[in-house]
Amino acid sequence: MNFDFSDDAKALGEQARKLFADKAGTTAARAAMAKDATDFDAALWAEIAGLGWTAARVPEAHGGLGLSAEETCQLAEAAGAHLAVVPLVSVLLATEALILAGSEAQQAKWLPGIADGSIIAVVATNEPGAVNPVALSVKAADGKLHGVKSPVADLPGAHLAIVAAAGADGPSLWLVDLKDARVEAVETLDLVRRHGKLTLNGVAAEPLGDGAAYQAWLDRAAVILAYEAIGTASSAMTMTVEYAKTRVAFGQTIGRYQGVKHKCADMFIKIELARAHALHGVAMIGSDGGELRQAAAAARVASLDAVSFCAEEAVQLHGGIGFTWESDCQFYYRRARALAATIGARGWWADRLVRALELRNRAAA
Amino acid sequence: MDFNDTAVEAAYREQVRGWLADNAAEYREPPATPWKLDEFIRRSKAWQAKKHAAGYTGITWPKAMGGQGLTPMHSIIYGQEEGRYHAPSGLYSIGLGMCIPTVFTHGNSEVIQRYVPKALLGEEVWCQLFSEPAAGSDLAGIRTKAVKDGDDWIIDGQKVWTSFAHASDFGIVVCRTDPSVPKHKGLTMFIVDMKAPGMEVRGIKQMSGGSDFNEVFFTGVRVKDTHRLGAVGDGWKVALTTLMHERLAVGGKPRHAPGYETLMKLARGVEAPAGGPAIEAGDVRQRIAQSYINDQGIKLTQMRALSALSKGQIPGPEQSIAKVVVAKTMQDMASFALDLAGGDGFVSGDAADPEIAKLQGSYLGAAGLRIAGGTDEILRNIIAERVLGLPGDLRPDKDKPFNASAAA
Repeated sequence: MNFDFSDDAKALGEQARKLFADKAGTTAARAAMAKDATDFDAALWAEIAGLGWTAARVPEAHGGLGLSAEETCQLAEAAGAHLAVVPLVSVLLATEALILAGSEAQQAKWLPGIADGSIIAVVATNEPGAVNPVALSVKAADGKLHGVKSPVADLPGAHLAIVAAAGADGPSLWLVDLKDARVEAVETLDLVRRHGKLTLNGVAAEPLGDGAAYQAWLDRAAVILAYEAIGTASSAMTMTVEYAKTRVAFGQTIGRYQGVKHKCADMFIKIELARAHALHGVAMIGSDGGELRQAAAAARVASLDAVSFCAEEAVQLHGGIGFTWESDCQFYYRRARALAATIGARGWWADRLVRALELRNRAAA
Repeated sequence: MDFNDTAVEAAYREQVRGWLADNAAEYREPPATPWKLDEFIRRSKAWQAKKHAAGYTGITWPKAMGGQGLTPMHSIIYGQEEGRYHAPSGLYSIGLGMCIPTVFTHGNSEVIQRYVPKALLGEEVWCQLFSEPAAGSDLAGIRTKAVKDGDDWIIDGQKVWTSFAHASDFGIVVCRTDPSVPKHKGLTMFIVDMKAPGMEVRGIKQMSGGSDFNEVFFTGVRVKDTHRLGAVGDGWKVALTTLMHERLAVGGKPRHAPGYETLMKLARGVEAPAGGPAIEAGDVRQRIAQSYINDQGIKLTQMRALSALSKGQIPGPEQSIAKVVVAKTMQDMASFALDLAGGDGFVSGDAADPEIAKLQGSYLGAAGLRIAGGTDEILRNIIAERVLGLPGDLRPDKDKPFNASAAA
């Protein structure tokens, strides 16, 4: 049994955590919060591209390193842990869509630029008022898209959007060159990550695979985003545990009180449950195993539960200081909502998990 | 990444499968009616002897102790394969899983030679005499005392929650030998003959209706000093050796306990409170998802541990979440499912549907599982302290002489 990341993938994750610990983290997040809404850390992005992280998953034929989803997930966890102010997770999600569903021509057009960091690609599944990523109001007709996608993570400044839209054959992905599209910044609860609104008034778009490819991409996206959430949840837990070791109340450090330590233990439990399912998801992506749908949905739900719980209890266990603008707790608290608002709500994914289990039962019967 | 055996593991599994196919045929199906205690013991002894002759006992033990000197993976593979059958199990799990490793780690050569081979062969059954009415989570608070009398010790007191005491020949017992020092320091471990004069075993009836445990009374029970395990006053350290093995043993969901599949099956057949099939109700589906996440999450976490063992590494700290998740999930799932079944979920006995009866058993049993082998609360302390590095609870009695603390 070898149910673990490869040593190479772990080494890349370690490299990413080190760089982000040095150049991202909450101090950088706080600086980003104060800046103009279209900025991300361009210097850090150039360094990331130089290290080959954006090329990791891109096939060698298109200027990449041809590595596996394991590397993608390690990078997503590191980015989530340090709230990195770069569009890395968006680019990883878009890369996954292109290698899963892109034609040879589409891959040749976009992947080399993604690999060298010059193309920022994002994914646009969200729509105003929608919690279901397959019931879409954005319509595709005659190679053109109509409707509004919002909020879209990392959209301001991006070059390519991979848009979920309903065509004649149901929901699928479409490629939109953003030089033709209307992009406006959108203010969200997450003050660190830039979000935007994409207005599509008959914008030209190319289909990126079919409906089945969209469904398969949703599964992979759920696993990648689960690792981002696990990274964020783990940082909220670590910050809280460290505080509980030093803050004194009633003559002793608060970490001695079971009311405090049991919540910290529950943070660990929720994170490890999420890790188990997310790892199952990565294993299934790598092996095309039949359990990807259930693994991905479980990873999505468990990771959202972990990040919400850790972020909320982080504020609580810090007490009054945790509720101030100056405390870093707010970054995790706000990011938890951003993570929950991407690719469909928790409830939709819990239902998708049960549907996957029902399908499996019917197949077994 | 894969879930496959290594070549060595696959070869061993093949060998085990072949042996079981030839030797465990009578246990392919569960018994038509549950075995009575004496038949269970008779079958357990016969099965253990058969396994022993074939080299499937003491798989991880040193060869010098009669074991096979193999890795934890070999033992796990054997367990997985035997688990496909319904061979009698459990009679030796405490003795061979916890007591005898304590005996051969801390006992002298005389007791090792006397006791280890017969235990491994299954001729003699062992139990563990640790918990007391006033010492559960706070195990070091035990009061059963052993007083030196020449070359012997004389034991007086009471133990409780002792599995298989009524079927056991010997036990390991932790006693207070010095009440004038702090509680962890005044303890000593002994081997005791369960048939010795002054021993009395009484069954406990649990709230679930079963009788899996006993209380054991000691009245002037005499034990030779040669039957001491570890130094006088080192009983706590010795007990930790034993408990380390217990925490590994009390882990995942009991093999036949209902899980998310049971809830799904039930929900297909009953109506939701708001009308329509329960399986289509949003809240029911959310609960199914949660049960799957917890049950399957622990299974997958255990696979992470197996992967580490398979590579010869020590499993990570995530293993410590297993029991605390499993027991509460069993309870939550069972209560939700029974409520969903309405009045049928509440009717028991012969009138109950067999699936409902299983859920009722799980609901009642889960209350005990949340306590056995470390309560939910103690396990959270352990995660917080040993994994996350938070400081220990304040223990006002920790450094006081035992006989000066509030408990004495």
